[in-house]
Amino acid sequence: MEQFTALFAEALEREASVVAEDKFREYEEWDSLAVLSIIALIKQNYDITIPRKEFDELQTIEELYNYIISQA
Amino acid sequence: MGAKIAQIEYYLPEKVLTNEELTALNPGWSAAKIETKVGIRNRHIAASDESSMDMAIKAAKKLLKYHAADAMDFLIFCTQSPEYLLPTSACIIQDRLGLRTDVGAFDFNLGCSGYIYGLAMAKALIESRIASNVLLLTGETYSKFIIDSDISNKSIFGDSATATLVTYSEQEQIGEFVFGTNGAGAENLIVNNIGAKNYYTCPKGMSPELYMDGPEIFNFTIETIPKLVQDVCSKNKLGLSDVSYTILHQANKYILEFLTQTIGIEPDKVHIDLWEYGNTVSNTIPIALKDCLDRRIVKLQDRVLLAGFGVGYSWGAVVLNL
Repeated sequence: MEQFTALFAEALEREASVVAEDKFREYEEWDSLAVLSIIALIKQNYDITIPRKEFDELQTIEELYNYIISQA
Repeated sequence: MGAKIAQIEYYLPEKVLTNEELTALNPGWSAAKIETKVGIRNRHIAASDESSMDMAIKAAKKLLKYHAADAMDFLIFCTQSPEYLLPTSACIIQDRLGLRTDVGAFDFNLGCSGYIYGLAMAKALIESRIASNVLLLTGETYSKFIIDSDISNKSIFGDSATATLVTYSEQEQIGEFVFGTNGAGAENLIVNNIGAKNYYTCPKGMSPELYMDGPEIFNFTIETIPKLVQDVCSKNKLGLSDVSYTILHQANKYILEFLTQTIGIEPDKVHIDLWEYGNTVSNTIPIALKDCLDRRIVKLQDRVLLAGFGVGYSWGAVVLNL
């Protein structure tokens, strides 16, 4: 999980803290390109493709991480 | 016996939309971020009275300064913004360009894969001895389908038109093709508020509206294009390292860098240049190919891989032996 939050922060180029409970859609850095960055991160590191509709339901970094674990 | 690309010309409309203008519309955006991530500084936007067909005619006229109009015996026009529902724009273009009346002419409706299809049809027409000088035109004005509040799509798409002359050649320059289609993705890049399905005219107060599900298009691209590149190499009996240069549809810099890395193409052997044009749909590949020829980035005897992909979903690739 720690590794994932670090990857997440890097992909978003976010300097402020990133923790599992964060609702990432509320981040200042969150925009249409951020979505692509996170989808790319997950594809590159876990070889998982997240359908956009399923991605839209995930609110916190922890939920996103649990989704990845459930697909791996 | 074979076919070759004899010449390419393109036309960019005069009006330019800059990142500064875009960020003024949406104060949350940064011009620097658009430049570094999306790789676009300017997009050219067709005038309100300038259509895809008008621009394609301008591109064709540039080309016909060097080649006799009378020599053309087939005209193909790729567009998703035809002049009318009917007649076919290509018929009107034949007249405007003063081409002979014993030529074949038709439009086809494809987006980012369109140029690859156009090359395949031109090659097929030539090698079946139906034609010997095929004028292949592309023209697109997605800007006219993007509503004012849709700043994301405004930042990506630009308008333009291109003209390519494909001719008979002793040596085969246009190699083997691979194509693919998956209509299950149709709804992810679509203009659905005008057309036979719903209305022939937009509902009151609405204009044609482009919808793009960016994340799903990205998913499609990363799932499909690495295999497309592999498949077209195999079909041409080449390894990726035998390819001198790769020109992928210039969708946006972010996707192109991701694909380059995933496929394992050396960064100096792949084209990424949307700086002055944006994503011009079916025009990106011919614009890039002309720029590469003019700048001597590619030269005679190079093997150049072209791959187009997008709306449909539709995709295709070919290897040229220049």
